[in-house]
Amino acid sequence: MTQLPPMLTPILWQMVQIMLALATAPLVTGYVRWLKARLNGRRGPSPLQPYRDLYRLTQKEAVVAHSASWVFHAAPYVVFASAWLAACLIPTFTTNIFLAPAADMIALVALLALGRFWLALAGMDVGTAFGGIGASREMLIASLAEPAMLMVTFSLSLVSGTTQPAQIAAYVLGGHIGLEVSVGLALAAMVMVAIAENGRIPIDNPATHLELTMVHEAMVLEYSGRHLAMIEAASMVKLTLYMALIACLFAPWGMAQPGAGPEGVLIGMAAFLLKLGTLSTALALFETAIAKMRVFRYADFLGGALLLGLLATIFLYVSEAV
Amino acid sequence: MASTLSYDIAHLIGATVLMAGFALLYQRRLFAVLNTFSFQALALAAAAAWQAHIQDAPHLYFTAAIALVFKAMIVPFALHWLVERLGIHRTVETALSIGWTMIIGVALVALSILLVLPVTAKAAALTRESLALAMSVVLLGMLMMITRRNAVTQVVGFMALENGLILAAVSAKGMPLVVEISVAFSVLVAMTLFGIFFFRIRERFDSLDLNYIETFRGDRQ
Repeated sequence: MTQLPPMLTPILWQMVQIMLALATAPLVTGYVRWLKARLNGRRGPSPLQPYRDLYRLTQKEAVVAHSASWVFHAAPYVVFASAWLAACLIPTFTTNIFLAPAADMIALVALLALGRFWLALAGMDVGTAFGGIGASREMLIASLAEPAMLMVTFSLSLVSGTTQPAQIAAYVLGGHIGLEVSVGLALAAMVMVAIAENGRIPIDNPATHLELTMVHEAMVLEYSGRHLAMIEAASMVKLTLYMALIACLFAPWGMAQPGAGPEGVLIGMAAFLLKLGTLSTALALFETAIAKMRVFRYADFLGGALLLGLLATIFLYVSEAV
Repeated sequence: MASTLSYDIAHLIGATVLMAGFALLYQRRLFAVLNTFSFQALALAAAAAWQAHIQDAPHLYFTAAIALVFKAMIVPFALHWLVERLGIHRTVETALSIGWTMIIGVALVALSILLVLPVTAKAAALTRESLALAMSVVLLGMLMMITRRNAVTQVVGFMALENGLILAAVSAKGMPLVVEISVAFSVLVAMTLFGIFFFRIRERFDSLDLNYIETFRGDRQ
């Protein structure tokens, strides 16, 4: 086989990753839905259904309210682009990707915040009541989840001395971290944030349109056609992104390091798919077992995540002092 | 390396006990509180068993068994039975909102770390983290006793405090078994006394809300 010049390999893997993030995202969502249906005793649509849904939506005409401004038109693309770009930054099957030096946990948080901000704007733009309430709830969740996410980031960067996911993964792979209390706490906080950010069950129910509880669905109620396809795809990519992030930071085993050959990359790819499968199964089980939370208890849930992140940092100082 | 790993696992189990302490503060249902307490005792039993393994101290297995049988099973079941028997409200009434309690909890953890680190400067480095964890569990138990109105949750807070003491005892080397047995039995006695008290309090005030006692004593007008 012809050897690529070393300069080009990261670019090649980056391209693969860009496509991989997009290709696996609907499958992850479809698999979670399918497994949940199975666990509820229903047959459920095939895991491939989200692909068909997205295709159908792109074929349809987009109906836009008269009162909508350019924000409403632009938002789906901004939301999708920010989620996709964020997904490209996180190492999935190899840390040897082109954008890895640019990928920074804080930049990642900012990118996700950008998407959320535009979605909230779009929710309010048309001026319907649902859009407004959805946007206000989304901002409530964001204002609590973002500090928690940053806290997790800080505690991990204190451990590994960097805020780049690729380097954190390399640090963990290097065996520098034992079973540390802080890492466990950070993982718990991260999972809670991921649940909240993706609107999964204790916070928001992705499968309902009940006006009392919905958050994400309320904001995108006015969208149709290709706009809706973009937004749906963005939320699918976001779910995959968080799973990839958890896998990358806390369980990077199997990930190919710079200098690994094609076999290493294949192993990394298989490991990544395995991790996605495990996390999706865990998510489906968790969502089936638990009930939705009242809106007014979000603060407690996410405050808990923030405090866990804080505790992770505090315990870091104990181990530092030892 | 192997010994570091075993200490890491010990700390991880200790942190689980601490997290259960936080979960106790977070719960709003009485039965959920009891289940969480049972989980905490289970984690405590695991911690004791692990310490028995790494310290090569067989009597700690006995401590683990005591924690498992008495605290993870008998006490929660007894409280469960009491709650059903007395027909108490199933919601936890708090004197302070849950969010604030959690924040104070984290502050207490920070406080115990700040206290333990300088005090134990000469102790073996690896037991300090365990001591900090145990002390945090004790303080969280106290916090729970302070911030809950209902007598049952206060008792659970007391038991959680006692879990923290046992955690400290098992992580320090060379704690004699007599101490643990006496602690375990005193907890059982306390449990029985509390049970009798519950009945007495309810007979008199028709409730387990301790506010009524305060008005009865004349503390509140």
